[in-house]
Order: sequence, then C-alpha cells, then structure tokens
Amino acid sequence: METILFNAIWVIPLLTVLVCAPISATHSKILKSLHAASATVVLIAVCFLTYRVYALSGTPVDKAADPLMLRFFTDIPWLDVFKAHYTVGADGLNMLLLALTAFIVWAGVLVSWNIKGNQKVFFALIQLLATSVYGVYMSFDLVLFFVFYEMEALCMYLMIACYGSGRRDYGGKKLTLTLAFGSSMILATLFGIYFEGGISSWSIVELSKVTLPMDFQMWAFPLMFMGFAVSSSLFPFHFWSPDGHSAAPTAVSMLAAGVMMKMGAYGCLRVAMFLMPEAAKIWLPYVVALLIFNVVLGPFIAIRHKDLKYITAYSSISHLGLIFLGLAALTPIGLRGASLQMISHGFLTGLFFATIGMIYERTHTRDITEMGGIMRKMPFLGVGFVIAGFAGLGLPGFSGFIAESTIFIGAFQQDSTLTRIVTILAILSITTTAVYILQTANRMLHGPLPQKYESLTDGCFREKLVIVVLVACLLFIGVCPGWISEILDQSIAPIFAKIAASSIPVVGG
Amino acid sequence: MINDVTLGYLILLLPLFTFVVNGLFLGNKCAKAAAALAVVCNGLAAASAILLATDYFCSDYAPQKAILFEYVFIPFAGELIAKIGMLIDPLSTMMLVVVTFISFMVNIYSIGYMREDRAAGRFFSLLSLFSFSMLGLVVATNLFQMFIFWELVGVSSYLLIGFWYHKPSAVSASKQAFILTRFADSFFLLGIVLVSYVVGSFDFSTINDLSLSAFKATSVNLGICSMSAADALILGSVLIFTGGWGKSAMFPMHIWLPNAMEGPTPVSSIIHSATMVVAGVYLVARLFPFMAACGNTLTLIMWVGAFTMVFAAVIACTQKDIKRILAYSTLSQLGYMMFALGACKMGQVVAVTGWTASTFHIFTHAFFKCSLFLIAGSLIHQVHTNDLDAMGGLRKKMPLTYICTLISILAISGIPPFSGFFSKDEIILAAFQGHHYAVFGLALLTSGLTTFYMFRLFFLAFHGEPRHEGVRAGHVHEDFAMTLPIVILAVPALLSGLLGKGIFEKFFTPGKLHVPQLLKLAHAEWIPYTAVGVAILALLIAWFLYASPKAKIARALDETNRSGLYKVIYHKFYFDEMYYTVVRQFIFGGVARVSRFIQDYIVEGILAFVIWFVHKLGDLVRTAQAGYLPFYLGTLIVGVLIWRFFGQLPL
Repeated sequence: METILFNAIWVIPLLTVLVCAPISATHSKILKSLHAASATVVLIAVCFLTYRVYALSGTPVDKAADPLMLRFFTDIPWLDVFKAHYTVGADGLNMLLLALTAFIVWAGVLVSWNIKGNQKVFFALIQLLATSVYGVYMSFDLVLFFVFYEMEALCMYLMIACYGSGRRDYGGKKLTLTLAFGSSMILATLFGIYFEGGISSWSIVELSKVTLPMDFQMWAFPLMFMGFAVSSSLFPFHFWSPDGHSAAPTAVSMLAAGVMMKMGAYGCLRVAMFLMPEAAKIWLPYVVALLIFNVVLGPFIAIRHKDLKYITAYSSISHLGLIFLGLAALTPIGLRGASLQMISHGFLTGLFFATIGMIYERTHTRDITEMGGIMRKMPFLGVGFVIAGFAGLGLPGFSGFIAESTIFIGAFQQDSTLTRIVTILAILSITTTAVYILQTANRMLHGPLPQKYESLTDGCFREKLVIVVLVACLLFIGVCPGWISEILDQSIAPIFAKIAASSIPVVGG
Repeated sequence: MINDVTLGYLILLLPLFTFVVNGLFLGNKCAKAAAALAVVCNGLAAASAILLATDYFCSDYAPQKAILFEYVFIPFAGELIAKIGMLIDPLSTMMLVVVTFISFMVNIYSIGYMREDRAAGRFFSLLSLFSFSMLGLVVATNLFQMFIFWELVGVSSYLLIGFWYHKPSAVSASKQAFILTRFADSFFLLGIVLVSYVVGSFDFSTINDLSLSAFKATSVNLGICSMSAADALILGSVLIFTGGWGKSAMFPMHIWLPNAMEGPTPVSSIIHSATMVVAGVYLVARLFPFMAACGNTLTLIMWVGAFTMVFAAVIACTQKDIKRILAYSTLSQLGYMMFALGACKMGQVVAVTGWTASTFHIFTHAFFKCSLFLIAGSLIHQVHTNDLDAMGGLRKKMPLTYICTLISILAISGIPPFSGFFSKDEIILAAFQGHHYAVFGLALLTSGLTTFYMFRLFFLAFHGEPRHEGVRAGHVHEDFAMTLPIVILAVPALLSGLLGKGIFEKFFTPGKLHVPQLLKLAHAEWIPYTAVGVAILALLIAWFLYASPKAKIARALDETNRSGLYKVIYHKFYFDEMYYTVVRQFIFGGVARVSRFIQDYIVEGILAFVIWFVHKLGDLVRTAQAGYLPFYLGTLIVGVLIWRFFGQLPL
C-alpha cells in the first residue's frame, strides 16, 4: 500500500496535467484549485511517507534493496533493449528531499496564483517540473534517473522564456544550455559505468556491489562530478544561476534554487561518489579549491549587487558551495552536513524567493536602492524576508545553523591541507554573509518610506500561509535536529561504508 | 516546595513563553496585555532564580557543579555531541539572579518608557527573547550551547538596537553591532571547531580539565602550517577569547557599543551594560582553567582589558551625550573585569583573587550601571535630548532620581561602603598580587578618571542653572513606573558589595587549576586607602570644574575652543572614521569590487569567448556546406594531399 502511494508521488502531478488538459483556459479558478489540491495531496502523502521511513528504521528491508536499506522498493523491467528498469525506492536522504520538493512545489503553486500569461500552461509546466524532480530523487536506475533529469531542464526553459521578466530569453537559454552541457558529461559517463560495470545493469543498487576499474574511475569521476555540479552552480559553472534566477518567475526561481540545484549535489553524492568512491577520495580534496570562489567570493559579489534576485542567487551559490565542502570532507559528519544543507537551503531559499516575489509584485522593482521603509507597510512580508535572511546567515534556531555547523565540524575532521584551508576560510566568511543580508534587509525594509509606496498592502492569506509553512519547516529542523539527523544517518551509512571500504588513502595534503 | 529542576525549567521557559505569546498573539494590538505578561513572567523568573540561588548556596552542595538537565541536540560522532543543558555552579547561579532581576526591573521601567510607542508589544516580546537567550548562555554546559545562545543574544541585540527602524542612525548602528560581533564570532566558531577537533568534546568539564602536556606529541595540520596539538589548543583559546573580545567590545572592536546607544534606553540598560556585554567576561571566567593552562592567553586578556579600561575612560571624560558617557564607562568597567581575569597569572602560578574579583564586579556593576542607564533614560524622557548641554538643575525637579544617581555614582567610583568599592578594590589588589605593577598603576589612574567623568555627568545634569526650556517651565516630573525600578536598584547598588563579599570569597573560585603550589599572597593594607584617596581627589577636581561657584559651565561644555588633543579624544580618536574607511574602501571598494570584477569580466568574458568561438565554428561549417563547388573541389584536393603525405594512401 505504501509502495503504491510512494509511486504515486510522481504520477499524481502528471495525472493532474492530464485531467486539466480538457478544461478550457478560461476557467482558470478551477484549474488553479485543481493544481493546488493535487500539490496538497502530494505534500500530505510525502509527509506521511517520510514519517513511515523514520518509523520503519531498523526493520529489515526487501532483499533486493538491502545494501542501501531502501523502503518502498519497486523494480519492474522497463526498456528491454537497454536492460533499463523502473527502479524506485526511498531512504532517508531522498525521502527528505522529496518532502522538500513537495513543500516547494506546493508553495510555488500558491505564490503564482496571479501570474500573467496563460495560466493553464504555466501550472501544467509546474506540475511537469515537479514530476521530473520527484522522479530524479526517487529513481535508483540510471536511465530512469537521466530521463527525469533531462525533462526538468526543458520545463525550466519554457517557463522562464514564456513567463519570465527582464532578459528572460537570455536567462532561459543560458540556464538550459549550461545544464545541457552538464548533462552531456553525465551521459557519457553513464554509458561508461554501464559497460565498465560488466553486469548489464543500470541499477545503482546492483552497480554499488561491483568495483569499477581504477583507470576508468580516474577520468569518469571528475567528468560526472562536474556534470552534476553544473546544476548546483559549482564554480566555474555557476554563471547560469544569477541570470537564470533573475529572469525566472517567482515559482520557477523557488523551484530552481530550492529543489533543482540540489539535484546536482544529490547526483554527486548518490551516483558519482557512491559508484566511484576510490576516485572520489583522490579527486575531491582538489575539487575543494573551487569552493574558494563559491564560499568566499560569492558573498562579496552579493555585497556589490543591487538586484534582490542577484543577491539571492549569489547567496545560493555560496550556500551550495558549503554542500560541496561537506561532500568533499568525506566524513560521515560532513556527508550528513551536506545533506542537511541541501534540505535546509531548499526551505530557506524558497522562502527568500517567495517573499522577494511577493514584494516585487507590489513594488514592481527589485532594486534595493529604490526601496526603503517598506517594513511599515508590509510587516508580514518584511518579517518573512528577515527570517529567511537570519536562517541564511546561520542563526541558531533555524535549520541553516544546524547544517552549517555540521558541515564545518565534519569538514574539519578531514586532515588534508586544502580542505583545512577552505574550511577555515568558510568559517570566517560567515561575517560576509551577514553583511549582504543585513545590508539588503536594512536598505529595503528600514529607513524612511518613499512617497510612492504609501499605498502598499501586506500579504494576503494565501501568501501568509506560504510564509508561515516555510518558516515552520526552517524552525522545525533548527529546533529538533536530532530527528532529521537520525533519518539521514541511515542513508549516509551505506554510502560512507562504501567510501571507507576503498583502500585508497585520502591525498591532497 | 518546588524542586530545583522545575525552578530551572521555569527560569528558562518563562521568558521564552513571553516571547512567543507576545510575538505571535498579543503583539502591538494589545500592548498593555503584552507589558503585563512580560512583567509577570519575568518577575516569576526572577523569583525562581532567587529561590534557586538560596537553595543552592544554603545547601552543603554549594560550590560544586550540578547539571539540572541535559538533552542531546546534535549528535556529531562518538563523544562529540552538542547538548543543551543547564549547569548550576556559583557563577551561573549568580548570573541567573542578575539577569532575571535586571530583566524584571527593566520590564517594569519599559511600561513607563514605551507608554507612547505604538510598537510596544514588539518591544516586550524582543526583550523577553533577549532574557531567554542570555539565560541560556549563562547556564550553558558546553561550548556549543554557549555559541548557540551567544548568537541569539547577538540577534536580539541587533533587533533591539534597530527597534526604531525608521531612524537611519539606529538601523546603521544595529547593523554595525551585529556585523562586528559576528566578525568576532566567526573566530569564536573557528576556535570551537578547532578545540573540539583536538579534544573531541564540547563539554566545559572536559575542556577545563585539560593539561597541555598530554597534547605535545600529536600534530595538527592547519592548512598553511602544521603545529603540535598543544599549540593548536593555545591558538584555539585565543580564538575563543576573540569571541568574547568582540562581544564585550574590547579595544579595537569597541566602536559598536557606544553607537548601540541609538536603541531605546531600557535596551542599553539591560543589553549594553548589565548583561550581554559581560558575556565575553563570562566566557573567559567559565573557561578560566583552560585559558590558564594555555600559555600566555591570560596575559593577552589582561592587556586587552587594561588598555580598553584606560582608553574608554579617557574618552568618557570629554563626551557630552549622556548615554555615550555611560557607554564608555561600561567599556572601561568591562576592561576592569577582563584584566582582573588576566591578572591571575604570574609566571607559572595561577591565583584566584582576580577571578573572584572579576565575577564580583560583574555582580555589583550590573546593578549600579543598570540603574545609571535607567536614570539616563528617565532624564532623556523628560528633557527629550541626550545632550548635557540641555540639562542642568534637575536636582529639585527629580529628587528621588537625584539621590539614586548619587548612590550609583558613588558605587561606580568605589567609595566605601557602596558596592563598587568592594569589587574594584579586589580587582586592584589582584593586579598588585600578580606583580603586574604597570596595570596596577593604570587601574588606579582609571579609578580616578571614573570618578571624574561620573561626577562631571552628575554635576552637569543635576546641579547648576537649568539650561532647558522645559525644565525652567516646570514640565519635568518623575514617572512612577520609571522611578520605581531606579529606587529598587539603588538598594543593591548600595548594599550588594557589603553583603556579597562574604559569599563571593567563600564560594567563588574557578575550580580545578593546575597550580604547582599555592602561594601566600601579599595582602597590602594600603591599597584601599590609596584607591579611595585617588577617587576623592578626582571628585574634588570634578566639583571644582563643574559645580563650584567659580566654575564656568558654558566654557566647560564648549568643545570648539579646545586643544588639538582634546578634540582627538572628543572625536573618540577617530576610530569610527577609521572603520568606515577600511570597510568602505577596502572591503566594499576593494575585495568586493575585485570579486565582482572577476565574475562580471573574467568569468563572463571567458563565457562570451566560448559562445563567440562556437558561433564562428558554426559559421565555418555553414560556409563549407553552402554548395559552393570550388570549395568542395579545393578541400578534396587538400584532403588527398594530406592523406598522401601523412597517411597510408599508396600513391
């Protein structure tokens, strides 16, 4: 029963699109309600399943899913020519990411209530995007994984190019082409893994049992890792994200930064590092050097920007850098920290972009120098933004602090010179993060109120609901981190066991 | 009878409850209910704290440590577990009483102070958030918990300084305070990570029990260099102290504290004088055995404290803004506490006089300084300016306030039998016992300066002719809600030294120390007389300059006809400007601009080049496919030739 419900997660959004297809675009209220209802149903289902994964921990699983301790495991032959299967399952990590996605999709549907343009198509595209993201997180078969991974970039392009603002054509193209470039690297290595694995299987579970040849790993790992890292905007492939985010409509920014950018980091962990642990040990201590741009320079660039979305984009770049710091630490604490950061950053950046979108809807500008004092006119939205900011700068009580401190402590356990240097720099750059966040909040929300903003209104119930739910998620993780750490540890244990089992010592220092 | 664990929960959860209820439900709509709730809950918390303290000090258990409760917060790995708990020992019990009591007083005071403010609900909510965070900080059982609440007090301080967010000066002051303390905190966090990595635990009990000799053999790689674990611990202790350095606003990270006076006065009173800023001193006191074990860290602490003490006192002598005078006075007193901790070390021997004196001074200082700030708020509320220019002659209009001010000022000046005398005397004694004669001299000098600037403020505000329209017209009166806490606080300002001395000398020792042998410490009888003599001399000078019949007050208040040195001091040695320049020119204009340049021109430039290259390649291929026959023929010939000479074509 639960297995069916689990498989329904990605089917429901698709079904909603089909159900809505015959309804005329003029009945936009009905359409929107249907989409909101479907998003809510998925959200409830995912929350229930997450709870079940937590409750089931420690109990034995299906034998086929054993090495990864996967729940709700489904394995059906799919494309016989490729020997591809439909393989899905849940462990703590991907279940929590699914929950994150469900929350962000739900919030995204609600914030785009009044989007301009063809609403029918827009909401259908959101649901398609949701399907693809759910699919990526659920699948344990590389072909299935890649199919969903590709689907997402196309939906993203259509939504930015048709519904975006500013340089939307440029932003959309930049985003999609860069992601496609990353995908090409991934595709090449996927074939490599299939043939070098020698067991005629695309299943991650099966492939994890074999050791891929070392000379293959040595070239395939960096290629695949960077391919995935493109979508997590690791330097030097981060350039798509500021332009992409700023051109995208609110919901797409939320989904892109909140969910889609985690897919890259998830792929790095789940596919690249898990299947090629030996090469990971050799390469990752050097990859860390790239993070100096993300983590140390990213916040400085954000200081110099005036556009809210650019600021948030660079903030995302620096926060995602921390995910890679956690991954590159190659310690259980570091990996847990990286996973925590994926989830935590999803919620906080979702909140960031949601409030920015709401404010933009009212002020019609995203330039912080033109704004001022709007806290007095919209206290609720202002407080939402400030909370997102505090969560972003790692204030205890919110999830950001838990994730960051776990990453710092985990990364410091790694005794390679480069990792140490980057960890120390990352810890010291918490100040820079505070600078751009406070500067933005102060310029936008505080100070005297310009005449033209006298008639602004605070958020309506729908908008308040979105903010409250996202803040509640941030607080929940921040106040009871033990629970989420426990769920994550179950799924990190097999990954770390595989890394620890490889006999290669960590180099790079 | 309620047991101690319940009391512990009550102390922590009552302010939290107030924060949540006021913040979410009462808010600005029913500010009166919010105020009532805040006063009641903080009153109950204060009562619980006093009960707990009585229980603790009366039991035989007393100076031992007890953990009332402890929860696992984040399990990292093995022994490395972040916990949230409640540690009870003389130091934390004393702080609990101080924080809850001051918080209670300030909440009562705020009823009067915030009466006309529309956002009073938010104010009471944030004030309770601060109390909760500060209480969590003082009962911390480990470094990680300390850091959590350390950040929370920082953010409540930020929110309260910027409480009037429509005022640009308040907004920028709050930002400055947050970022500067955050800068120090980043080193603190690094220190925590480093020490916990070497030691494998966050617990104060483990860290305070270390002996460095066990860490000599292993080495730690710090990226740029590699050092032995013992040296890494010393570095860690300095980094941790840096956190306290910023939070306690020691030189050169002091500038945020005087600027933080932009916030409402009750906030300055509780956060920026009595409680939060002593967190740095508290941190060092809490980790004292560890700091003492770590080489010369204590010497650094002593000099940082001593320099701040003199530096701030000198500036305070020239300021005219009443709250800034008090802010610099706070800095100077924090310097006293800090250097007293550092002065405990003499060569390889660590004595405890300074530790006792420092914690004692935290206790007495909290009362009289809180009281002084509340008085300042009262005055400002009446005359609507911070400037001493516009005060004067308030003695007759505000008699109760006048008496309480006199008590607090005598206390801070160290005149017996007021509270400050006992604690300050012990601090000066500690410097003498530690053979730190230079610091001893500075402490005596500062004692004189303190008396001078406090009485300068006192005479200029209360004596002489009124210089303000409202005072002359008789619009000035004492507000009941605002005067009550001032009067109540005058009692501990008068008595806490006399009564507390016994308790502090009996119970307050920093715990296990690695002292090779206990020395017989010199107990110089002449020190109290000298200190009091210096204070009285300074008082007479102040009287002569500002209150005697011959004093030229108008001239004394005019800063334009002064010498260059005076102007430099009056402008606080231009430190604000220096910071401004460094931040504007170097950080924003330098590093940030270069980063943005790298992004906008180099990264995007390479990207543009790649795009151009692909386009050109496309053009080339397109030309090749255009159906132009001579091109096909040419390529055929060239191809065949290449094949002939470089390939295997048998021609």
